[in-house]
Amino acid sequence: MRLLINKIFLALSIFSATIGLGFLAWILITLFIQGLGSLHLSLFLNDLVDGGLRNLIVGQLILALLAGAIGIPLGMVAGIYIREYGRGKYAAFIRDLSDIMMSAPSIVIGAFVYAVAVRPYGGANGFAGIIALSIMMIPIIINTTDSMLSLVPKELREAGIALGASKYRVILDIVIKAAKVGIMTGILLAFARIAGETAPLLFTSETSNYFSVDLTESFPSLTVSIYNLANEPEQSSRDLAWAASFILTVMVLIINLLGRYITRNKK
Amino acid sequence: MEKLFQKVSFTSASLVLALLLGIFTTLFVAAKPAIDEFGLKFIIDKRWNQEVALPSDILNAETTPTITDEAAVDEDEIIDEDDEMILDEDEDDGTLTKTVYGGLVPIVGTLLSTIIALAFALPIAMGIAVFLAEIATKNISKFVGMAIELLAAIPSIIFGMWGLYYFAPIIAEAFGGYQVSLLTAGLVLGVMILPFMAAVTRDSMNTTPDVLKESAYALGATKFEVVKDIIFPYSKVGIIGSIILALGRALGETMAVAFLIGAVYSMPDKITDPTISIPVAMAVNFGEASGLGESALFYLGLVLFVLSFAIISLAKFYFLKKAK
Repeated sequence: MRLLINKIFLALSIFSATIGLGFLAWILITLFIQGLGSLHLSLFLNDLVDGGLRNLIVGQLILALLAGAIGIPLGMVAGIYIREYGRGKYAAFIRDLSDIMMSAPSIVIGAFVYAVAVRPYGGANGFAGIIALSIMMIPIIINTTDSMLSLVPKELREAGIALGASKYRVILDIVIKAAKVGIMTGILLAFARIAGETAPLLFTSETSNYFSVDLTESFPSLTVSIYNLANEPEQSSRDLAWAASFILTVMVLIINLLGRYITRNKK
Repeated sequence: MEKLFQKVSFTSASLVLALLLGIFTTLFVAAKPAIDEFGLKFIIDKRWNQEVALPSDILNAETTPTITDEAAVDEDEIIDEDDEMILDEDEDDGTLTKTVYGGLVPIVGTLLSTIIALAFALPIAMGIAVFLAEIATKNISKFVGMAIELLAAIPSIIFGMWGLYYFAPIIAEAFGGYQVSLLTAGLVLGVMILPFMAAVTRDSMNTTPDVLKESAYALGATKFEVVKDIIFPYSKVGIIGSIILALGRALGETMAVAFLIGAVYSMPDKITDPTISIPVAMAVNFGEASGLGESALFYLGLVLFVLSFAIISLAKFYFLKKAK
């Protein structure tokens, strides 16, 4: 009897894992079939207004990269404070808040940015989208920096101090270097995550059918356009949405795998 | 230089606090007109964007509201424009009307879709976690774990599209009802939080000391008994924390649900009826809303923010802290 229950239990557990893998396979296969079927070279050469995706891919990358340019340094420096300088309750408090913010609903962050950077300005703009994405990114970077710095042995810091280096030199030249790989991975994972975000961009940068690098106007976004296209009745729009989804997923998964690959290689 | 660096890092860290306070304050200020107008009753009022007749005289005190349907979004824009509750002379019967916003439908939609997602994902996630932590060999565990984490990395909008065109038709076939419904939205949401939940639960289970497990095996316990009597009691608090954390994520998810819930402001009678959730209400209506309607959406956002803040804090500070 005990052995029977055990067998059933094991079977159920393996079955669950199969379901999990099944969903992954189902989604990826769907994406491949639908996406590859609608994928043409012309998608990369034309803008959305001519039935292509060029402006959207470039736009999404610009938004994510600039959000990273704000979020990564701020998050890293804040993470350094929490781990290296912060003493006592304040640093712990900030760490907790940052953890909470990591799970804050992204649409609420979008609404916040709408209220502070879109409504007063008078219309959707690329800057607002960048702000929204960087707000999402900062807590993730803080979290990785904090946990990666905690892995650096204390002796390294002491050795640096003993050599007469000032504390910030020790942090920048020794501690960060020691934690470089881990932080790099964290940055890539965070980047992969915000690159695929839709909700914070919906009413901040919105999207645009035209090629644009002007951040003061509504800015082309791959994800927001996927949402719009997928809801349109014409089959051609949906095909375009699938192709865009395929490109987006491949982009996100490659960045993600790259991040994991770096860590593994180091180990 | 040292001082400068320290100041900069302190300022960046404080930015987190400033941002959170800023988000809360901004939402509150933006929601203020709606809060003043509807008060806390907002969260138990199921009318959204409906014109309600005001009592034109005292005799008529017990008015029956003249209710227009949900499609009235566009008509109401004119009324909303002045940021104020405008009393409008209704030309048809001479009664005064005002527009009422209540958040009950999106709030219920959010909670129900989250509950469905949890009910669906929980057993599977537990199974996967047990598989990864106890059953699989190291290599298989690594591979499956990686695959599950990749599933978590897929952007939520992909889940939405896949759900709408591939998953929902099957569910609707099996359970009847609409393809866009509370049920299909909840299930796709469940698929989405599945990997997150499995990964965090596995990490909790892995904190069980090997000595405990080995002792139990040495006494002749089966895998099931070890999981049930050793691992589960040991990592219970952490597992509950992970579940609540996943719940917090599900509450605020927008895109996966937006494709599938139907986005109509009507209370679902059955699980297979379409309805709306808070994030979806914001995603769909924000662009066209103004005045009081926009303020009501901010009010919804505030409710969501406070709700998820409370849930995540509970998970982080009560359960996960205790687990450590």
